[in-house]
Amino acid sequence: MQMNVRIRAILIALVILLCIYGLFGLPAFPTSLAKARSNFSDRIRLGLDLKGGTHLILQVQTEEAVKQYTDQTLDRLRKELNDSGIRFEDIREPDDQHINVVNLALDQAGRFQEIIRNNYQDWEMAPTPGQASGYTISLRAAAIAAIKTDTMQQSVDTIRRRIDELGLTEPVVSEYTRGQDEILVQLPGEGDPTRAKSIIQAGGQLELRLEVGSRTYTSPAEAYSSQPNGILPPNTELLPGREESTAGQGGKSSDVYYLVERYAPVTGRDLRSAKAVPSSDYPGFYEVSFTLSNAAAKRFGEFTEANIQRQMAIVLDHRVYTAPVIQSRIEDQGRITGRFDLPQANDLALVLRSGSLPASVKYLEERTIGPSLGADSIREGIQASIVSLAVVMLFMLVYYRLAGLNAVVALLLNLVILLAALAYFQAVLTLPGIAGVILTIGMGVDSNVLIFERIREELRNGKPNPSAVEVGFNRAFLTIIDTHVTTVVSAAFLFAFGTGPVRGFAVTLVIGLIANIFTAVYVSRTIFAWHLGRMSREAPLSI
Amino acid sequence: MLEFFGTVSIDWMGKAKFFFSLSILLLAVGGISLFLHGGPLYGIDFRGGTLLYVRFVKEPSISVIRSSLAQGGFPQANIQRIGNLARPDIHEVVIGLDERELNEQHLDAGRIAIEDALHRSFPVPDPAKPDLNAATPAAIADTLLRRDPLGFGSSAADRYKAIAAVITNFRDSQRGGLLASVDELRDPLTASADVQQGRGGAAAVVGALRDAYTEGSFAIRNVEIVGPKVGAELRQQALLATLYALGGMLVYIAFRFEWIYGAAAVLAVFHDVLITLGLFSIFRFEISLTVIAALLTLVGYSMNDTIVIFDRVRENLRIMRREKLSEIVNKAINQTLSRTILTSGLTFLTVLVLFLLGGSSLRAFSFAMVVGIVVGTYSSFGIAAPMVVAWYRWRDQKGTVGAVASSRGR
Repeated sequence: MQMNVRIRAILIALVILLCIYGLFGLPAFPTSLAKARSNFSDRIRLGLDLKGGTHLILQVQTEEAVKQYTDQTLDRLRKELNDSGIRFEDIREPDDQHINVVNLALDQAGRFQEIIRNNYQDWEMAPTPGQASGYTISLRAAAIAAIKTDTMQQSVDTIRRRIDELGLTEPVVSEYTRGQDEILVQLPGEGDPTRAKSIIQAGGQLELRLEVGSRTYTSPAEAYSSQPNGILPPNTELLPGREESTAGQGGKSSDVYYLVERYAPVTGRDLRSAKAVPSSDYPGFYEVSFTLSNAAAKRFGEFTEANIQRQMAIVLDHRVYTAPVIQSRIEDQGRITGRFDLPQANDLALVLRSGSLPASVKYLEERTIGPSLGADSIREGIQASIVSLAVVMLFMLVYYRLAGLNAVVALLLNLVILLAALAYFQAVLTLPGIAGVILTIGMGVDSNVLIFERIREELRNGKPNPSAVEVGFNRAFLTIIDTHVTTVVSAAFLFAFGTGPVRGFAVTLVIGLIANIFTAVYVSRTIFAWHLGRMSREAPLSI
Repeated sequence: MLEFFGTVSIDWMGKAKFFFSLSILLLAVGGISLFLHGGPLYGIDFRGGTLLYVRFVKEPSISVIRSSLAQGGFPQANIQRIGNLARPDIHEVVIGLDERELNEQHLDAGRIAIEDALHRSFPVPDPAKPDLNAATPAAIADTLLRRDPLGFGSSAADRYKAIAAVITNFRDSQRGGLLASVDELRDPLTASADVQQGRGGAAAVVGALRDAYTEGSFAIRNVEIVGPKVGAELRQQALLATLYALGGMLVYIAFRFEWIYGAAAVLAVFHDVLITLGLFSIFRFEISLTVIAALLTLVGYSMNDTIVIFDRVRENLRIMRREKLSEIVNKAINQTLSRTILTSGLTFLTVLVLFLLGGSSLRAFSFAMVVGIVVGTYSSFGIAAPMVVAWYRWRDQKGTVGAVASSRGR
């Protein structure tokens, strides 16, 4: 069979050129050696274990979002039933997903059912077991799932916005599919995650609410006892104040409670921007100044105009920060004062800008790899790779002579293709990934050994050179495929199961083995064909 | 040609009883160790807990660290020296807290306590100044920019960023993250082009750094905190992944050959994994996620080896129509022997290099690979092949007519 060596050689040369371009030629064609080197280090993406940085796994408590939805539905339902004139004794929330309406007037059951069917389609209605005229509505499973998915999506987006403001290169914020409601955050180069962690975890829920009355209370008990009938007025709630830092005051901090309305005309969603500014009330400290969107500004203006001389509580994550008196109509500006230092004020502004987290977040895993460890790992990994490459190359040259040179060329090309593939796919190289490269060296040369041993056998049996080579390649091919398939299948399972570093290993191993099929079979064959074409028929093959 | 192996004819199947005893012995030794230690030694990935790797300028006193931690509320901390025979100048310690001490609400409470304890026991010379060994490149660039020791004026920002990069690169790559004194920076700074173009040279920069920073006596190299729930989840998933991989292999081989070949190969691989786990227990290596990666790779590798022999057996079955199965298998093993020894040998060499030179993070991984390659090669002719032969021999003895013909399979 005549093989067109020239065409094959051109194809191989093209592949080599593509690889070199992928490694050194992007993003901009290099004009100097230094530029080429910096291109190379840009193209190969390093994992956290080689670059240094922080890796966090956190879990979003999505049940809180479900509970919040149930709470809101309860308020809404109570109002709607009252407005429609439907009489009932009580409406309660026994747990996160159910609402009980107790003792509904029997003659109005039909209207009640209609209201639920039309306006509360996420809920299923049934009579409450054990009650003569009670009804329980339960949140449908599909609705629960939808709430959880939305919460996850919103959490990921909010956290991503916050992390983006930290100014790190290539941070990663994504849903972590291995766990339940988990988010993966990777901060390359971040040696101390404390600030990032508090920014991520901050609720960031801002509300402006009117204060009821003008006094504060030192305990909830005091608040209740000072009210007529010992219960709070309708649509109000009691919120704690922010703990003043003892360092600033030099004395013990005391609890303070505010009685505020439930209704919040302005929330964090209405913010257009927020930033830290020097405090006018407390020189030397800072405060956060925010502006509202146009629609909210109009609403807020009307609201403040109607409530002059009353106190407006600025509530952050259900804590009252300050409660200044409304002196005049305020349209679009507000301040959150408190004795903040600049980093605190900056971080608070950052959190407000990014929006609030729909549910709280709990940390499950935290790893911080220092840059020195990363540098050591890279150095040791590269050292090991070079030594193992040298050992293998030396052996092949000694044992197989010129054919060994063939194998060495194939092996080097294999590594070049592997690195270029990593660069093109922007796959992450991790420390186990470097081990995968070393494994590729060892397993890759296996293919060459298979082929050469078969060729030797055929030569021993007296076959002439060309047909010995041909038989060697053909017979060995199937076995090569077999052995590569099993390892690739293992690596596929590893990829499905593993996280970052382990995935890096699976990826380099798979790419290396696939490239190996090309180099050990196609390229080696081409080199043999070229060599056979140049030597005489009777000369012994150097193998 | 240089050949290690000419034509060989060893009676492998005749030695099957010996191989079997050897395997039983290895499994028993490993099994006893596992039993005595109450199961495999799980790393932090699977167990949960807190680990801090801390490097010191001078050899630290473990008892000082321990009492400081006890003061901080963690008397049960696990503190070990990490020795490196090749580098006696490196003083590194790993401090660990059990998963039972983990507070789910404040996952990093342990880390903060350990850091506080370390700062208490090994305070910086000047608490008013920041620690040069903990400073980020951005912070150093900022400090230098403010002081402008080289008198750059307007173009200073980029230059000081580059100089800060030189400083941190030197500290992290050459000094393991720990500078004993600012003077160590003199040489690398002198070599920097940006420094050379300024007034005052390296001395000016060193002076500014000495002014602005103090030198801490330790640096935290690595922190790992894994919550308890995560650990249990991962253990289960690791087990499942391994079982699925084995199952997949079984299907693949049963499809390419006959089912008994598949079963024999899977059993051989199982045997390999068990022996590896036993050796892990004996040598007290920790099982981490990367070790699972090594085990799964081994599964694939051991299969390889077994397939090569089975392939040859199948080829010989077509050609040799009169011999007994055990002789056919012997011939197959002998024919593939040189290839097997060569490739296993080469792969073994590469992972041995990895074990010796690859650094501590990969040591457990490469140990698994080293052991696995040896055992995996052995199990192909020591376990899988004899099992197939024994199966057909057993079937023949049960009196099935034309047994030899039927045992030849497809």
